[in-house]
Amino acid sequence: MTVINLMLQKSFLSLLGLIFASAANADWALNMPRGITELSAETYDLHMMVFWWCVAIGVVVFGAMIISLFMHRKSRGAKPATFSHSTSAEVIWTIIPCIILLVMAVPAAETMIRLEDSRDPDVSIVITGYQWKWHYKYQDEGVEFYSSLALPSVKARFKESGVDPFSVENYLLEVDRPLVVPKGRKVRLLMTSNDVIHSWWVPDLAIKKDAIPGIINEVWFRATETGTFRGQCAELCGKDHGYMPIVVEVVEPDAYQAWVDTRHAGGAQVAQMEN
Amino acid sequence: MTTAVADAHEHHGPEKGIKRWLFTTNHKDIGTMYLIFSLIMFFAGGAMALVIRSELMTPGLQFVHPEFFNQMTTMHALIMVFGAVMPAFVGLANWMIPMMIGAPDMALPRMNNWSFWILPVAFGILLSTLLMPGGAPASGWTMYPPIVLQTGVAFPFLIFSILLMGLSSIMGAINIIVTILNMRAPDMWLLKMPMFVWTWLITAYLLIAVMPVFAGAVTMLLTDQFFGTSFFLAAGGGDPVMFQHIFWFFGHPEVYIMILPAFGVVSEIIPTFSRKPLFGHDSMVYAASSIAFLSFIVWAHHMFTVGMPLSGQMFFMFATMLIAVPTGVKVFNWIATMWRGAMTFETPMLFSLGFVFLFTIGGFSGVMLAIAPADIQYHDSYFVVAHFHYVLVPGSIFALMAGAYYWLPKWTGHMYNETAGKLHFWMSTIFVNLTFFPMHFLGLAGMPRRIPDYSTQFADFNWMASVGAIGFGLSQLIFVYVLLTSKKGEKATDRVWEAPRGLEWTVPSPAPYHTFDTPPVKRVSEEAFE
Repeated sequence: MTVINLMLQKSFLSLLGLIFASAANADWALNMPRGITELSAETYDLHMMVFWWCVAIGVVVFGAMIISLFMHRKSRGAKPATFSHSTSAEVIWTIIPCIILLVMAVPAAETMIRLEDSRDPDVSIVITGYQWKWHYKYQDEGVEFYSSLALPSVKARFKESGVDPFSVENYLLEVDRPLVVPKGRKVRLLMTSNDVIHSWWVPDLAIKKDAIPGIINEVWFRATETGTFRGQCAELCGKDHGYMPIVVEVVEPDAYQAWVDTRHAGGAQVAQMEN
Repeated sequence: MTTAVADAHEHHGPEKGIKRWLFTTNHKDIGTMYLIFSLIMFFAGGAMALVIRSELMTPGLQFVHPEFFNQMTTMHALIMVFGAVMPAFVGLANWMIPMMIGAPDMALPRMNNWSFWILPVAFGILLSTLLMPGGAPASGWTMYPPIVLQTGVAFPFLIFSILLMGLSSIMGAINIIVTILNMRAPDMWLLKMPMFVWTWLITAYLLIAVMPVFAGAVTMLLTDQFFGTSFFLAAGGGDPVMFQHIFWFFGHPEVYIMILPAFGVVSEIIPTFSRKPLFGHDSMVYAASSIAFLSFIVWAHHMFTVGMPLSGQMFFMFATMLIAVPTGVKVFNWIATMWRGAMTFETPMLFSLGFVFLFTIGGFSGVMLAIAPADIQYHDSYFVVAHFHYVLVPGSIFALMAGAYYWLPKWTGHMYNETAGKLHFWMSTIFVNLTFFPMHFLGLAGMPRRIPDYSTQFADFNWMASVGAIGFGLSQLIFVYVLLTSKKGEKATDRVWEAPRGLEWTVPSPAPYHTFDTPPVKRVSEEAFE
C-alpha cells in the first residue's frame, strides 16, 4: 500500500508540475536539442524543416476535412453530389507531394553524406558495449576504462529502495567515469560489443550507432561547446538496458591533454602498486 | 435469397453446442470466432500495456522488476500484432468477403476451420511461457539475436508458437485469395470489387510473400540455439545484422498487413455516411498496390543505425519517402469522398473520421522518420513508439472498431446502442491522444524505448501517458457493454443504414447461416455494384 500511496503522492506532485510548467523550464523539453556539433545542428534543422512541411500539409488536409465536416452534413440540408473521380485532381495530388518530397530529400542526402565522412580523425575511441556498461579505449593515448551507472542512482534504482528518484541528481543519467573529449577536434568513435547489441546514443551529439558483436561501426563528431552531455543505451540489451547511461564531457584541448596525462600517471601508479 | 436450387439441397443449420464451433466450416461462425478471439487477445495485450504504463507512471521502480517489464513489452507487442489486429481483420474478411462478392462461403472451408483453431493453441503456448522458469521472452517482439538467445526455457516455445501463427496466417491468406479470385458473382470483375475486398486481396499476397521469410528467420534462430549453427552469431562467422534484414523484410510488409485492410474498412464506411460513392475507386486500388510493392523495398529504414553503406541508406531513405505519395492519395480520396456529400455521424463514421485524422498524424511522423539523418535521432526512442502506436491504435484498431459497429447490425440483426457507441468513440479518441501524443516529446527529449525506469526530467509526460492509457483501457469496456447488449436494440433492416453499397446489404439482417447459395444475378446486384 505504501507504494501506491507514494505513487499517488508523486502523481499529485507531477500534476502540479504539469500545471505550473512553463516553456522556460528545462525539465519540460518538447523538442529535439539543437546539440553542440555542426551535424547535430544540421540534423535539428532537417527535423524542423520536415516538421513545418508536415504542419503546412496538415493545415491544408485537416482544413479541407474540417470544412467538409461542417458544410457538407446532412443536418444542414446538404444534398450529396454524385461525382466519383477527377483525373486532374488525382494527378495534382500525386505530383505535388512528389515535389515536396524532393525538396526534403536533397538537404537530407547532403547531411547524410557528411555524417558518413569520418576520415582523418584527431582522436579515435573504441567503444565496447557490455551487459550493462560501456568500455572506452582511446586508441592512441593508451587510456581505457569502464563506465557504469553512478552509485547514487544504483542505490535508488531498485524496487523498494526507499530513495526518492527526485532526490538523486541526474537520476539514471550519471556515470562513475565519463568519456572526456576535446572541443573542436574531430573525434571518431569505433563501436562494437562484447555480448549483445547495444546502441550508443547522445542526443546533443546527434549520434546514435549500434554496437554490434563482430562488427565495428564508425561515427564522428566535432564538438563546438564544452560541457557535460548525457545519453543512454538505445537498443534493448537485457534487464539492465535502462541502466547503462553515457556521459560525455567536452573540455578545452589543454584540459583534455592534462586529463590524458593524469590518466597515464594514475595508470602507472596502479601498475606500480600491483607490482 | 432462397431459390429452387438452394431448396434442392438439404438446408441445414448449425450443429448444436460445442461441436458447432469445433467442427464448423461456416465462414460466419469462423469469422465470429476470429473476432471474439482477437477481442480477448486485445484485452490480454491491453492488460500488459497497463502493467507497462503503471510502472512508467512515475520514476523509480514501483511494481515490477526490469526482467518482467521486458517480458511485458515483448508479450504486449506479440499479442497485439499476431493475436489482436491480424486475427480481427481475418475475422472481418471471413464474415464479409463472401457476402461482399456474392459467394456462398470461403473457397476452402475445412482449411478455414484449421487456420482458426491453430491460433488458440499458438497463443496458449505463447502465454504459457509467462509461467516458465526464466519467464516469458524478454527480447522485444523483434527478437534480435544475440539477445533473444538469452531467453530461458521459453525460447523454443516462442519459436514454435510463432511458426504456428505463421501457418495460420498463410492458410488464411491462401483461402482469401482463392475465394476472391474464383468465387465472385459472375459480373463482378476485379475492378468492380469493393475496396475492402481489394485491400484484403493485396494483404493476402503480402502475407504469403513474407510469412515464410519470417518462419525461416525464427527457424534459423532455433538452429543457432540448439543445433550449433551460426547464422547470426559473430563468434561462428555469422552476422547478427542479417537477422535484422530478414526480420524487417518480413516486418515492413507486416505493418501494411495490419493497415491495408483498415484502409479497406474506412473506404466502405465513409461513402455510406457521406451518401456519395467512393472517390477514385480505381486509383485507391492502384495506391494500395503501390504501397504493397514499396513495402518490399524499404525494410532497412528500421535499421539506419546499424551501420549500412551510404548508398544503402540513401536508397532506403528515398524509397521510404515515396510511400508518402500513394498514402497521401488515399487520404485525399477519402476527403474528396466526404466533400459535398451529406454526412451523418453514426459511430462507424466517427471511428472512420478519427482514423483519417489520427492515422494522418502517424503518417506525418512517418515522413519525419523517413529522413535518415533525423531518423538516427528518433530511432529507438519514444518518438518511434508514438509513431507506430498512432498508426496502429487510432489507425488499425479504430478501423476495426468502425468495421465492427458498421457490420454489427448485419451480424446480430439488431441495432447496437448508439449512445454507448458514441461515448466509446469520444473516450477512446481523447485518451488515445493523451496516451500517445506526449510520447513524441519524450522521444525528442531523449527517452529511449523499452526502459523500465527513466530520469526525472521525463516524469511529467510519462505521467500523462499513463493516465491516458488507463483511461483508454477502461473506455474499451464500453465496447464490451455494446456487444453484450447488441441483441437488445431495435430490429435492423436489411440495408441497416440509409445509403450503403454492396451485396452484403441485399441479404437479410441477421445474415442467414447460408447466403448466396446461388450467385446473385446482375439484376439484383446491379445497384449494389455501381
